[in-house]
Amino acid sequence: MSGFHIVVCGSIVPDPLQTLEPMQGPTGWALKNEMMLPAVLDPWAGHALYEAANLAANVPNSKVWLVSLGPKAKLQQVMMSVAQKAPFDLVVLDGPAGGFTEAFETAQALAGAIEGIDGLDKSKLLLFGGWQSASRGASATLQIVGELLGITDQFQGVDKITPEGDGFTVLERIEGGAYLESSCAGAPAVLGWATGSLPEPPNNPQIGMQNMQKNMPAIQRAPATAVAAEGVDFKSVELPKQVRETRIVKDTPAQDIAKELVDWIRG
Amino acid sequence: METLLYLAHTEADGSLSKTALEALGAAASLASDLGAGFSVGLIGEDVTQAANAIGGCGAEKFFAVSGPDFGQSRYSTDTAAAVALIQAASATLVLAPATSRLARSLPGAAQRAGGRADTQVTALAVDSGSVVATRWYYRQRMFSNMTRSQRPWVITLSPGCFPAWEGEAGSPSVEAVSADAATNTTVKGVLAPSADEQTIRPDAEMLFVAGAGWTKKQADGQTNVGGAEKLILGFLDQAKASLGSSKSLVDLGGEGQEVLSFLSHLHQVGQTGSTPRHAKGLATCCHGEEPHVVGWRFITERRAVNLDEGCGWAQGKADVLYVADAFEVMTKVNELLGS
Ligand SMILES: Cc1cc2nc3c(=O)[nH]c(=O)nc-3n(C[C@H](O)[C@H](O)[C@H](O)COP(=O)(O)OP(=O)(O)OC[C@H]3O[C@@H](n4cnc5c(N)ncnc54)[C@H](O)[C@@H]3O)c2cc1C
Repeated sequence: MSGFHIVVCGSIVPDPLQTLEPMQGPTGWALKNEMMLPAVLDPWAGHALYEAANLAANVPNSKVWLVSLGPKAKLQQVMMSVAQKAPFDLVVLDGPAGGFTEAFETAQALAGAIEGIDGLDKSKLLLFGGWQSASRGASATLQIVGELLGITDQFQGVDKITPEGDGFTVLERIEGGAYLESSCAGAPAVLGWATGSLPEPPNNPQIGMQNMQKNMPAIQRAPATAVAAEGVDFKSVELPKQVRETRIVKDTPAQDIAKELVDWIRG
Repeated sequence: METLLYLAHTEADGSLSKTALEALGAAASLASDLGAGFSVGLIGEDVTQAANAIGGCGAEKFFAVSGPDFGQSRYSTDTAAAVALIQAASATLVLAPATSRLARSLPGAAQRAGGRADTQVTALAVDSGSVVATRWYYRQRMFSNMTRSQRPWVITLSPGCFPAWEGEAGSPSVEAVSADAATNTTVKGVLAPSADEQTIRPDAEMLFVAGAGWTKKQADGQTNVGGAEKLILGFLDQAKASLGSSKSLVDLGGEGQEVLSFLSHLHQVGQTGSTPRHAKGLATCCHGEEPHVVGWRFITERRAVNLDEGCGWAQGKADVLYVADAFEVMTKVNELLGS
């Protein structure tokens, strides 16, 4: 087996425990205090990274890159913890990572960065990422990067990859809790990950140190990258209005609650 | 003037799914709002049954890419087929169901056709002659009403948001369109739980969410995971509900704790899980934290059973919170449902 060159595309999103509010900024729609919100690695992209590291550890001659487009100061913070999870070479583009930028423009920037990776053999390329971002949630970026790089074997909602000869079999999520099982003869291919099948790796400070030494320069020299939403006209961006008036039922016998529930279920 | 194409694929049995019929309803209604006609583009092994079933939908033309290579979900063949159909119809606006099959191929197809895609759109309107699409951001935290200038504009429509098309069958003539079937991918098949093991039921009226509380020590100081399994499966069976879970509960497996044997990550609802669509949802032993509840955006009526009066559901996230022991309540609920 000749090994895989695994490029994981993944950026940062606001910590989901934060309250998010849209606002019209100088360059279009954004989040209120976007630069102040604590950020995390986009969760599904995180799973893609852990799966990539595991695949590279099990298939000789494989290597992992992480390509991130995001505001570099925030990326640097998040990378301090992500770097402890798995070894990778980092490629950074300094630009917006918010939900109101275009998947196409993001994809174009990522494809350009991938084309520019030194030593990347595209015939061995497995392009990984989350199947949806937690910001735009479009499930579009990876597909477009794949198209721009001429990769027409693509898989989304992936929970498992099993190397097989020069290729692999893959399980993609489909409706009703089922999986579509396919085999792919070999790289190049695109895999957009869902949760995968591995737990989050524990922090490993040694890997973290090595990663940061190697990757700090990539963050420092990250090129400024303009990404917007040309051609899109956001008429409005709103928070859903509905807050429910919760009726709280307490000190009530289970039998009475059950009766009310069953009436509701049957009603 | 827009040239509208409704794009869909057949199911394994040659029919169109409910989600596909909802998208057809939306396409027909949008075409009428725009004062435009529309055509139909179908992908499948044999599309005759599907084309006939929607023969009366008012489309001006039917196109199809068909044959054994196009019977199954596969990116390479589905994108080739979609691009060929978009070109055959000279479409500027494409409406398609956000089935897993098209969700995983149409953004790529839009790119190859020189256009753009907006996915998981939940509403459509026409404003001063232009189409306005509603879609959600940050995992259903906020939504935009947006329009765009690029064409072709491919829009995938979320399930459960539009009334399904109903109408007369017919026998339309279908123009065959050819597409490149070259691929490195072989579809081996679908791994589905057997009918009696299936607990994720997208078409169910009701979602039942189980949280980590089911596996925690209870008032007697003991856990009762076996009892929880029986109660949950008993309820699902009688209410024909779909099962969802919190992240904490599905993650327990990875932490080596005793867990509910029928749960997997596929059940997880929320930020890093699914956003199912059901008319009613009942949350049990689940705290109702925001990263979980964002997955409930499209659950219309919501109730919760939790021991903690201060849990998230009480903060305007549920219509009713029953402050009670879910073991006791669900035992009684199952008895009543069975009687
Ligand atoms: C990046 C990120 C992504 C996340 N994504 C998701 C996601 O997709 N989905 C998700 O669910 N969470 C997600 N979370 C986690 C989320 O914040 C919560 O931690 C999680 O939802 C809690 O699960 P729970 O309510 O089941 O468990 P707990 O918080 O442990 O709550 C258990 C509840 O059970 C109740 N209980 C116990 N016994 C009984 C009983 N006998 N009767 C009634 N009630 C009882 C308790 O009162 C308590 O409220 C995410 C978090 C992060 C940081």
